[in-house]
Amino acid sequence: MTQTETPAQIPVQTPAHTQLQLNRNLAQMLKGGVIMDVSTPEQAHIAEQAGACAVMALERIPADIRAAGGVSRMSDPKMIKSIQNAVSIPVMAKCRIGHFVEAQILEAIEIDYIDESEVLSPADDVYHIDKAAFKAPFVCGARDLGEALRRITEGAAMIRTKGEPGTGDIIQAVRHIRKIMAEIRVLSSKSKDELYEAAKQLAVSYELVEQVAQAGKLPVVNFAAGGIATPADAALMMQLGAEGVFVGSGIFKSGDPAKRAAAIVKAVTNYTDAAVVAELSEDLGEAMVGINEQEISLLMAERGQ
Amino acid sequence: MNIGILALQGAFIEHRHALDALGARSFEIRQLADFDPNMDGLIIPGGESTVIGKLLVELHLLEPLKRALASGLPIFGTCAGMILLSQRVANSDQHYLDALDTTVRRNAYGRQLASFQASTHFKGIGALCATFIRAPYVEQAGPAVEVLATVDEKIVAVRQGSVLATAFHPELSPDTRVHEYFLKMIC
Repeated sequence: MTQTETPAQIPVQTPAHTQLQLNRNLAQMLKGGVIMDVSTPEQAHIAEQAGACAVMALERIPADIRAAGGVSRMSDPKMIKSIQNAVSIPVMAKCRIGHFVEAQILEAIEIDYIDESEVLSPADDVYHIDKAAFKAPFVCGARDLGEALRRITEGAAMIRTKGEPGTGDIIQAVRHIRKIMAEIRVLSSKSKDELYEAAKQLAVSYELVEQVAQAGKLPVVNFAAGGIATPADAALMMQLGAEGVFVGSGIFKSGDPAKRAAAIVKAVTNYTDAAVVAELSEDLGEAMVGINEQEISLLMAERGQ
Repeated sequence: MNIGILALQGAFIEHRHALDALGARSFEIRQLADFDPNMDGLIIPGGESTVIGKLLVELHLLEPLKRALASGLPIFGTCAGMILLSQRVANSDQHYLDALDTTVRRNAYGRQLASFQASTHFKGIGALCATFIRAPYVEQAGPAVEVLATVDEKIVAVRQGSVLATAFHPELSPDTRVHEYFLKMIC
């Protein structure tokens, strides 16, 4: 072994800014991948075998939450733990918007990522969780740049566009990723005096706005979510600028989950190659039935702004 | 110099940025058609080793990569890349490229809450700050394996011939010295 003057040690306590960096870094490792909603250890296993880069453990996938109605809460920790034990990839779980005790519980069971999610019934209609106070990383939904930057200010280490969960309808996911990408492009073209005004409009700090304007991207990884049901949907989101995708109901509400999941994973890797995506789209069986935007009474994306 | 970067999943852009900063050309390998046997080196990035390994097999990239390795192509793997290069994985029966005579433990430190940064001494480079994300470490290394860095007495960087691997992520840091070390292995 190498002799060093002072043996390198793992630090006992990680400073908060380093922890946030480490949490942003984990999202970087998930890029180019597919995060799949799973409700049982068996589904988690299927997802891992199909090439999921992480799984989202939740008792009911969004399509079922939509069908069942009522208040939707954090999943049973026992169920989440059974999924943690079933796979070696990162496991995420959802808490209600503003419900910081549900987040504390998820951190206590060593979840890899907490999704403060509009898919569940919001617990607070004013405040989001102070995510910077946690050691565990958070991912949050956003429909536009302002929402994304406000969540980042609160400590989110990863963003996902909201889309409309549990519908199998891609229109809202397209709307949200297009809006965020367009708003970033506009920001990048602004002069300094215009950026001050933009910061005011977006209700975030000038420093964060300037950082996004200069980099031409969010300071954290941005995935797409909500309504992705086919390899073509996934490739569409990637071509529009997403760095990876969440697939919720689209997999386990379809005819052949294992095959569809594997096809979506490959479509995300080769999202610009239409010949590859064409081949992957063949013979996948029934896609989830889905509901059109006009047919739904509950817009989850409007929860938490 | 032209370096291929395996871009199936994970943090491959970060490696491209590090090579850009050093003035080295690079290209992404997403499928067999991208595989250029004349490349000067290859990088396997961090990401999920289960995903990258599965795609290596299903996109028919495993055999060409093994042939390139056998012919002495310099390869640099970080985190998931280290796992894919190892002959043995302690907590899995999966093995892919069999390029390092090592036994690697996946998620050796635990879940994300156990991810950390630590300073270490890298042989031939000196002191550097290393970022470990749900990282592996090398549990056992054969006689042909040179240990380049340790943290808490665990092996976190190794070299065997033309193969370099780190359990941590030099690509997440603006410090490009480990990439420079790899480029020097090629010249």
